[in-house]
Amino acid sequence: MVLYSLTFYLFSSIAVLSALMVISAKNPVHSVLFLILSFVNASGLFVLLGAEFLAMILVVVYVGAVAVLFLFVVMMLDINFVKLREGFLQYLPFGALLGIVLVIELGILFLTDRSSNIYNNQTPLQPIVSEVENTKMIGQILYTEYFYLFQICGIILLVAMIGSITLTLRDKGGVKRQNIDSQNTVDASKAIEKKKVKIGEGI
Amino acid sequence: MNYDILITGLIIVAQILAVVVPVLISVAFLVYAERKVLALIQLRRGPNIVGPFGILQSFADALKLITKENIIPSGSNKIVFILAPIITMVLSLAGWAVIPFSPGWVVSDINVGIMYLFAVSSLGVYGIIMAGWASNSQYPFLGALRSAAQMVSYEVSIGFVIITVLLCVGSLNLSKIVLAQQTVWFAIPLLPMFIIFFISALAETNRLPFDLPEDESTLVAGFFTEYSSASFVLFFLGEYASMILMSSMTVILFLGGWLPPFDVYPLNVVPGVIWFTVKVIFILFLFIWVRGTFPRYRYDQLMRLGWKVFLPFSLFWVVATSGFLVYFDMLPN
Repeated sequence: MVLYSLTFYLFSSIAVLSALMVISAKNPVHSVLFLILSFVNASGLFVLLGAEFLAMILVVVYVGAVAVLFLFVVMMLDINFVKLREGFLQYLPFGALLGIVLVIELGILFLTDRSSNIYNNQTPLQPIVSEVENTKMIGQILYTEYFYLFQICGIILLVAMIGSITLTLRDKGGVKRQNIDSQNTVDASKAIEKKKVKIGEGI
Repeated sequence: MNYDILITGLIIVAQILAVVVPVLISVAFLVYAERKVLALIQLRRGPNIVGPFGILQSFADALKLITKENIIPSGSNKIVFILAPIITMVLSLAGWAVIPFSPGWVVSDINVGIMYLFAVSSLGVYGIIMAGWASNSQYPFLGALRSAAQMVSYEVSIGFVIITVLLCVGSLNLSKIVLAQQTVWFAIPLLPMFIIFFISALAETNRLPFDLPEDESTLVAGFFTEYSSASFVLFFLGEYASMILMSSMTVILFLGGWLPPFDVYPLNVVPGVIWFTVKVIFILFLFIWVRGTFPRYRYDQLMRLGWKVFLPFSLFWVVATSGFLVYFDMLPN
């Protein structure tokens, strides 16, 4: 149990610290790298809760795919950070307002939800041990109870995908493309023509 | 109480060492084997000076590289520059935590073993991107760009291949995946998926014919152009360790892991770990064979193969497999 608490505090403190570094790091690439560290630690917290499937999905989707592209955009763009920081005071009231609203909401949640056993129980959170793997449980609930919502999510993603493709796809005329099939089916009879040239004459 | 924690900790450390040390030693011999096999393909003799048949060549090379000066370019981003090879190395070793070598021979027998392997291999791109960016130099950056696009593309088809196998198993646990192949190895009913997985594994580990991130004829040495000495050794070890990891993944998914080819008397007394090793060596030989045989792909051809050939085909195969399993009522519960 001591080990469990230790790992919990390790993961959560690194997650919070790296989240802080995301907004305070001077170099944007460092910010993204700290964001990735924060993601990885969040997935560690999921594992501690016994939600190993969610943890792995978090790493595969967010860290393995989304953050890679994010890192790329940040690396390729030449971001001038002095310019970005110019409007700091201008945006400060708005950001502070958002932060305060969030803190108040969280506070209300913590103050009212006393009946829930998570806060009354003195023992630390433990992984839920059950016979059914949670991957299976997610599958069973996702494809039965929430089937239509799940399908709608898929359609929304498809629409987004088609939208982004149509936005970026520009078919300029005059671009020569390699047609691999036709290239592979070329044989000597198509490519080479034999001619008999008479001496002293051209073709 | 305290002793318990201490003993648990010691057991964990011992288990980790029992996996990592053989992996590192096999990396050394894999490098030697690669040089020997390539030499045989090219009618040369290969390394033959250090030790009998040159068998200690890799250790000599490692010793030489480590004793060299570690140069950090002055324009580089030092922390990220040093972190990149460490991340590559650590990730290529982290995957071994869930690999079952034999029944029960596994450091951590988790429910989502295959997802964990997939996650670790998808993180592998960070070492390369960070190296390319932190070097602050054109060639490494181009190498990093290429590798990121390549690894993200081939991960998609690897994901579909894994889904096909999972449909036939009904579990994400690696030991259960192996046990599900007792009647027939998945390489036989899912042969096209096996081939796609092997080719994608080549692309995922940046091996020839897909080694565009370190394409020496156009990019000097790609993402590790600026690296020297120990940090180069880490990249090198990382690449070969992830090669062995991907081979073990192939063996577990398609070639029946530790299971013997036929469950008959002289074959089934051989320990599972030996079968596992033999199969991994076979896949590694394929890796080296491919390297010695095929020319390097052009970049647009690589992307075409990943997105226009493998992705539609593996997607079709997922649908076909699930349809087949549902129609004949063969779905695992």
